[in-house]
Amino acid sequence: MQFLQQLINGVSLGAIYALIALGYTMIYGVLRFINFAHGDVFMVGSYVGYFAATSWVAHFFPVGSLPSTILVFLISMALCAALGATIEFLAYRPLRSRPKLTVLITAIGVSLFLEYTGQLVFSANPRGFPAIISNRPIIHTASITIDTVELVVISLSLVLMLLLRLIVMRTKIGTAMRAVSFNQQAASLMGINISKVITFTFIIGSALAGAGGVLYGTEYPSIEPLMGILPGLKAFVAAVLGGIGNIPGAALGGLIIGLVETFVSGTAASTYRDAIAFAILIAILVFRPSGLLGKREIEKV
Amino acid sequence: MKSYFALILAIAVIIGASFLTPMINDYVLGRIIYVGIMISLAVSLNLINGFTGQFSLGHAGFMAVGAYTSAIVTTYLSVHGFAMAGFTGIVGFAVALILGGVLAALAGLGVGIPSLRLRGDYLAIVTLGFNEIIRVIIQNLDFKIDGTDYIGGARGFSVLPITTFTWVFIIAAITIFCVENLVNSTYGRGFLAVRDDEVAAEAMGVDTTKFKVRAFVVGAFFAGVGGGLFAHSNFHITPLDFTFLTSIDIVVIVILGGMGSTVGVILAAVVLTTLSELLRSVPEYRMIIYSLLLIILMITRPQGLLGPATMERLMRRRRTGDQATPQKPLIAPVEG
Repeated sequence: MQFLQQLINGVSLGAIYALIALGYTMIYGVLRFINFAHGDVFMVGSYVGYFAATSWVAHFFPVGSLPSTILVFLISMALCAALGATIEFLAYRPLRSRPKLTVLITAIGVSLFLEYTGQLVFSANPRGFPAIISNRPIIHTASITIDTVELVVISLSLVLMLLLRLIVMRTKIGTAMRAVSFNQQAASLMGINISKVITFTFIIGSALAGAGGVLYGTEYPSIEPLMGILPGLKAFVAAVLGGIGNIPGAALGGLIIGLVETFVSGTAASTYRDAIAFAILIAILVFRPSGLLGKREIEKV
Repeated sequence: MKSYFALILAIAVIIGASFLTPMINDYVLGRIIYVGIMISLAVSLNLINGFTGQFSLGHAGFMAVGAYTSAIVTTYLSVHGFAMAGFTGIVGFAVALILGGVLAALAGLGVGIPSLRLRGDYLAIVTLGFNEIIRVIIQNLDFKIDGTDYIGGARGFSVLPITTFTWVFIIAAITIFCVENLVNSTYGRGFLAVRDDEVAAEAMGVDTTKFKVRAFVVGAFFAGVGGGLFAHSNFHITPLDFTFLTSIDIVVIVILGGMGSTVGVILAAVVLTTLSELLRSVPEYRMIIYSLLLIILMITRPQGLLGPATMERLMRRRRTGDQATPQKPLIAPVEG
């Protein structure tokens, strides 16, 4: 029963991709551009988690205890939210009415800036992520092992996604977000403060990336400043796969990418693991550019 | 005809200058050769990104195809008793480079066709994806012919170091010549039309699809040749020489120089390559400076330091500068 084990591993990897993909898709929804730097916010989330767990919180609670773990997540999410809002304010806001290409290049610039400032500040050497969740097998049979880390990764991602859905569907700011993503001009005419909504979107998206960063660190405990590039790109593929701008789509896309990648790793083609996401991207853009759950957009002249 | 004359003159100057190269120390010469390769790569990327407006992040992928193809050819030739020096060396290397370029152009065709429906950010990510796919494929290739290692997967591939100053700069001159003549021809206006307004271009009867694919094919061909030169200027190449970070290096040059300005891009290639040389001991700073340059440039001067409009203004100023005195306004401004 190798299959079941792979399934569990795939779902837990997919859950992390889904968390990052949500940020991509929400920001695309309101601003119509790909925030290249999102994967690096995820990396910063991991590092904040590392420092919070090993030094800041460690003064008060032992690493691995429940209050410590909760605090680590909260600190990482808060700092990433602040980082996301700052990036939006400094780099993207001055460019709001500029051509898309200009914003795209800026986003690449921000991404490189975070990566290499990371190398400068944190050093390029990988660090071992502390065990903030004590890892014991919960279900342990001959065929399948589910341990606490996997359980926490999957359930926490699920909780965050439900929370996000609640915010987007039930609150006033969530309604405003949907209005802005539907038609920015009309929303602004209805008295919605576009800048506020955009800032809020960046805060939520980056906080999710921060949580994703800590979860990734717990599951794959080696972090380095360039670690955000590949998961970031794969999460982007997940967002496109599900239909960019579509929140349930991002979750579904993340799950699919995580599963496909895990199953490919288990076969003889494991060395092609990093290429598979891009192959999926190319296929989806050629055959169904609106994604699995997205709706077709008509370009008006 | 004027441009043919300029090309021949440039080649003559390069051959003349090549007699001076023994006077330069090897390290500096190596860096000068690297600048020349970057000029070829940046000018060819400028055809795709600058003149045709298709934002590609996959130039290093085309480079890789050219690099590995030409390296396989030269290695095969030299192992099979073909002297890679003197006249036969020139023929062998030229054949290798052209083959590398042709295969890269085929890869460009492969990227161009599925990318036609995409624009802007999607195209950027798909080209980046192609870049990574090509790299991963190379990383998984490793075979021997008659006991000699070819490609060598992640271990890398040992290559004959036969790239010289003359080769690099003659090819840079040919690249500049081809790209400039192409976009300045009647036919080549199609590239600019696609960039300026795709819908309007299509309405005017420009086959935008064909122009996009052509830009990719031509750009990829020269990237492949540039990749071949790059491979043969090193003793050893690995797939890690061709990640998308290498593509970004070239993109930064094109953006800084001003998309759609060949002179600007050449200057940027020289300046940025020298800058990264100066910052060699602190590579993090190099990328931080690059990224800040990108962000600040996009906010304050998105057309690049020497965009086409700026170049035109400079040219015009020089031409009208002949008139002795600045023209006085016909009606004196009312004061007070």
